[in-house]
Amino acid sequence: MIRLRYFAHLREQLGIGSEELEAAANVDELIGRLRARGGKWAEAFGSEGQVLAAVNQEMATPRTPIRDGDEVAFFPPVTGG
Amino acid sequence: MYYVKVQRESLDIPSHLAELWNDNPRVGAVVSFVGLMRDINAGEQVTAMTLEHYPGMTEKALQRIVDEAGKRWDLEDIRVVHRVGELQPTDPIVLVAVASSHRGEAFRACEFVIDYLKTQAPFWKKERTADGERWVEARHSDHNAEARWKA
Repeated sequence: MIRLRYFAHLREQLGIGSEELEAAANVDELIGRLRARGGKWAEAFGSEGQVLAAVNQEMATPRTPIRDGDEVAFFPPVTGG
Repeated sequence: MYYVKVQRESLDIPSHLAELWNDNPRVGAVVSFVGLMRDINAGEQVTAMTLEHYPGMTEKALQRIVDEAGKRWDLEDIRVVHRVGELQPTDPIVLVAVASSHRGEAFRACEFVIDYLKTQAPFWKKERTADGERWVEARHSDHNAEARWKA
């Protein structure tokens, strides 16, 4: 299992802060599974939406591999400072 | 390890600055940047702001940025303190302070750290206006500012 976390606008849009799922091979495959949920998920993870990913608290790309026990986070572009 | 901190409490800027030169006579210059909450954004009056972060990842990202600055320039010390939670107009949001022997290194490193913080550190701002709450959108100009350091 992997732990998923959602932040900021994305968390509010999806109405969920975290969940557990079966591991996917990489970030791209995981996004595909989330998008397949349809509705607000398809919208949030569609090509229009700009979503960043982190695996184990490091910025990730679509090809970043995911392993059992990993923490994967999705969030919008950052706006601190 | 340079000092990086994410906190809900207000920022005591003078004491953070003094920490950079206390007991270190090699320091000849301290350059600081303070980011403040404005009461207007995108033409609208903003009454308050909530800042969210990703505990753990945010601190790591900040640490990586200051470590990179320490590699690029000859510095004595760096401090980054960033607030989260509820903020009011005129509240300091972030302090970036850099100490070095001479001012040039400190000026450049300070700008580098805030430019990278703006695009790399996971913080998100939500503003309260008369029309309700809205998430602040990322700015292209921030990415342009970061890109300058890659040349």
